[in-house]
Amino acid sequence: MSSPALLSVDKLNLSRGGRELIRELSFELRSGQLLQLVGENGAGKTSLLRVLAGLSRYGFEGSVCSEGLPIFSGQSQYFKRMLYLGHLSGVKGLLTPRENLCWHLSGNCNTDIDAIDYALDCVGLYGYEDVPGHKLSAGQQRRVNLARLYLVDCPIWLLDEPFTAIDRAGVETLEQLLLRHSQEGGAVLFTSHQPLVTVTCSGLVDLKGSQL
Amino acid sequence: MNSSTWRYCLRLLRRQLVLAFRRPIEIANPLLFFAIVVALFPLGVGPEPAQLAELAPGILWVVALLANLLTSDVVFRSDFEDGSLEQLLLSPFPLYLSALSYVVAQWLITGLLLAAVSPVFAVMLNLPAGAIPVLMLSLLIGTGVLSLLGCVGVSLTVGLRRGGMLIALLILPFYVPVLIFGSAAVRAATTGAPVGPYLAVLGAFLCLALALAPFAIAAGLRISVDS
Repeated sequence: MSSPALLSVDKLNLSRGGRELIRELSFELRSGQLLQLVGENGAGKTSLLRVLAGLSRYGFEGSVCSEGLPIFSGQSQYFKRMLYLGHLSGVKGLLTPRENLCWHLSGNCNTDIDAIDYALDCVGLYGYEDVPGHKLSAGQQRRVNLARLYLVDCPIWLLDEPFTAIDRAGVETLEQLLLRHSQEGGAVLFTSHQPLVTVTCSGLVDLKGSQL
Repeated sequence: MNSSTWRYCLRLLRRQLVLAFRRPIEIANPLLFFAIVVALFPLGVGPEPAQLAELAPGILWVVALLANLLTSDVVFRSDFEDGSLEQLLLSPFPLYLSALSYVVAQWLITGLLLAAVSPVFAVMLNLPAGAIPVLMLSLLIGTGVLSLLGCVGVSLTVGLRRGGMLIALLILPFYVPVLIFGSAAVRAATTGAPVGPYLAVLGAFLCLALALAPFAIAAGLRISVDS
């Protein structure tokens, strides 16, 4: 038997506002996997990701475990090993991209200034390091947030609509990054309405019920 | 507390201060509020110096309390709206210390500043010069308690669209003891009575709030982000 899954969801029931969104959902996210979470608008993709990220502690039934331990248990190293990008960018308009990353609240970013400049370069923001956030376009603000992917050392990535507002070349770079992360032993679960263009997912989690 | 936690808290503090200094009006607001109210009082109650000196401890403390209430409303607001707060909750560092960093930043730009400029306002209200050091000291300690309590209220209401009034209802009862002992300390100083006991009680409030309020803030933030 292989090692325990980085993230395993067992018989998860989730309801929001009195509506049952997800019923008896079970799946595993293993090292090396790149999973896409699909479902129509309002199907509960973001709600599910928030549960998996540990932001919603109540309002669901079922178990969410990481490497065999419930994610909220004291021994679990889950929050050191997980990166969550929500659909809000969390980029402060009053701070420059460099400051946004260096002082990022998640606390798991590398704060070395060279590493940050390299990450900003990778997401195509070379030359924008010291431009206040409110002067950047929506796509550039998203890219500042995506630069965190180059600065963290976490195997588990939970990404909510990472491709929103990103141009075509950026999408391709990001897809390659996700693929590389999964090939290097990480695991990615992301939501998107479009299929990936240049790489193939190792699986789909469909919130209509048919899981792979 | 290990060094990476310590560095994380310092980064957080620095971030909050830089954010505040890039919007100087937020820092100036409570001071302007303080100045306007203190300038209006002699017009309302009459300019007799003796009467003003009589009322000064109460006026100064009430205005400091309201100025604190006004500014605490915004502490977590923008971080909640742009998703930064989610990231704060996911950080592997103790939320107690992160919450405390926010409060310290808020206190530095309101409580500390108010205490620093309070002698000017004290002179405007003809407070006896001997009472001014006590006023500053009581404000330094007291606004710390107010900031801690205010942030508890904000953390619970940050998810609501119009939380301002609710914060006042939630938090004002807890502000009252601070107001009573703070103004009593200054009044005691004007009459030459010993001020030690009052300041000691304020200090006890501060210790209690320091120990407990960050837990309440952390829990409040989790609830607000969860909904």
